[in-house]
Amino acid sequence: MKRMIYILSIAMFFNASPSAAETPEEKGLAIAKEDDRRDNGFKNFTADMVMILKNRQGEESSRHIRNKTLEVEGDGDKSLSIFDRPRDVKGTSLLNFTHKVGADDQWLYLPALKRVKRISSANKSGSFMGSTFAYEDVTSQEVEKYTYKWIRDEEHKGEKCFVFERYPVYENSGYTRQVVWLDQQDYKILQIEFYDRKNALLKTLTQSGFKQYLDKYWYPAAMYMENHQTGKSTLLTWSDYKFQTGLSDKNFNKNSLKRAR
Amino acid sequence: MTQYPLAFYRAALCFLVATGFFVAASFSHAHEFSGFVAAETRLFPNGALHAGQKNDSISFVAQHEYYHEFDGGSSFTFVHFYRLDSADRERTHFDIRELTFLWLKEDFELRLGVRKVFWGTTEILHLVDIINQTDFVENVDGEDKLGQPMANISFARDWGTFDLYWLPYFRERTFVGKGGRLRDSKVVDTDSTQYESRAEEWHGDWAFRYAHSFDDWDVGVAQFIGTSRDPTLIDEDDDIKIPRYEQIRQTSIDVSFVAEEWLWKGEALYRRGQGEDYFAWTGGFEYTFTRVWNSQIDLGVIGEWMYDTREEEDATTAFENDLAGGIRLALNDSASTEALFGWVQDLSSPARLLFLEVSRRFGDRLLLTAELRTFSHQPAADFLYAQRNDEVMQIELAYYY
Repeated sequence: MKRMIYILSIAMFFNASPSAAETPEEKGLAIAKEDDRRDNGFKNFTADMVMILKNRQGEESSRHIRNKTLEVEGDGDKSLSIFDRPRDVKGTSLLNFTHKVGADDQWLYLPALKRVKRISSANKSGSFMGSTFAYEDVTSQEVEKYTYKWIRDEEHKGEKCFVFERYPVYENSGYTRQVVWLDQQDYKILQIEFYDRKNALLKTLTQSGFKQYLDKYWYPAAMYMENHQTGKSTLLTWSDYKFQTGLSDKNFNKNSLKRAR
Repeated sequence: MTQYPLAFYRAALCFLVATGFFVAASFSHAHEFSGFVAAETRLFPNGALHAGQKNDSISFVAQHEYYHEFDGGSSFTFVHFYRLDSADRERTHFDIRELTFLWLKEDFELRLGVRKVFWGTTEILHLVDIINQTDFVENVDGEDKLGQPMANISFARDWGTFDLYWLPYFRERTFVGKGGRLRDSKVVDTDSTQYESRAEEWHGDWAFRYAHSFDDWDVGVAQFIGTSRDPTLIDEDDDIKIPRYEQIRQTSIDVSFVAEEWLWKGEALYRRGQGEDYFAWTGGFEYTFTRVWNSQIDLGVIGEWMYDTREEEDATTAFENDLAGGIRLALNDSASTEALFGWVQDLSSPARLLFLEVSRRFGDRLLLTAELRTFSHQPAADFLYAQRNDEVMQIELAYYY
């Protein structure tokens, strides 16, 4: 009898646990939500970014960009990107309000004309600064932007990972699906494979050099995006992360866009 | 060999000394120095129509910028510009583009000094942009501006941004001189400039603007009270015209609306004080095809209409009823290769204007820009009739530091 109760209670335990009845889609979504929860609460940060663009022939060129990001509760982040190099575009800045649902709001500041220009953000699949990154790869990632499906668990580069697929909700996305390797301990995205509209492998993103900030948030120092179809690649390195620097909404309006240096 | 006036050599000396100083200073890290030096050539395949004009020119340009940011975000900016031109004495000029102290406070921004301000949304014609005078000797597209002395206070709030401007000194428009192409048959004599106001260029002008973004809409409403930036040109004798600057009141609105790949834009103004009261507007769209031909290339299509209610003889613009179409190509390659082709068609005559602008970066610091402009089918009454032979090819190589 005692043994019977034991078996029953084990069965009940498993039934009570949501994972037992979880579909791969529910599990994928749960992973994405947990990842988002762990990423929340950073408030704001600034960081410097260098992109090294390499073409098929191995010729290199670089872009230097400074970034300011503000977390917005209940919506996507606000960000301000200031281009330092190449020198002919120095002072060009991009103000971006991401939204959980629908298109982002984007304004570009052209310093030679002192002009703030609203730009169409439908252009999410377009190249970011001539690199192998698309706008949709570098703007803030929100749970609502994809649907999910867990595929398997596997070891990747010595770390136990969830492998799941995500499917862009946005119809003009350049991708049909992305396969994500997320480490189970710290929820660091180690690798993403991007499949184009024809479902052929387009790009692979590899992230490395993770460091923990504010004892909580894991950010990569290097993001390497290789385009398998064109032979081009981009190495994006981050440095000088500063968190909770006192940025507020006031640092993300058109006046601050014009002032940005 | 052409004999240049003494002023040319003086300007050349200033140019070289300033360039040397600023290039040397750019190695300092305490404050920020940047800018460019450039060489430009213009070639006119068709013979000149007006006495004194040349068929080609060489120019040297430099723009130096010093910027310093104080703790708390306030800043000081100094930008000065030089051009030395082989064909046109008027095009050889110097300007302080910016000399500004920006005082950043929690509730407002106060900007004092010489600055440049842009208003507007459209691509072909910048109709409502009025704060700065056009540096017309630079280029016929009117996008180069002279620095404007001002005091400007700006309040950015949840309900929008409000800007108030006091403009204590007026800058005269620059006009192409006798040796230059792309001008009227008569040279504009800027030494005999007339003003409606007795205070002349010291008339204090005022402007305010309210701008706000509502979701997919960006709207700006502005009022300008003061000296018109567009002069009325008065025939003085057979060879010269005299610019006359009237006192005007101008109310304007500029709007842009984004819907997926579509950008809709419009600008309109109502001006009183310069000839008969008139209304003018321009508007249109820009549609972007992303990653065309399965490449990284973006292709934008631009369509804009320009309309001015004045009769042609009273107009201070070439665009009284014109339709413009354009194609913008961005290759999104590492050299940021870009091209813009445009066609401006007069709707009341066969006159048209075609242009092509191409730019490409070489290495990290060199930028090559080429422009081609043609004027064709201008009837004798057209605003640009005197420029019908001034088809021009312009090539500029700039070094940025």
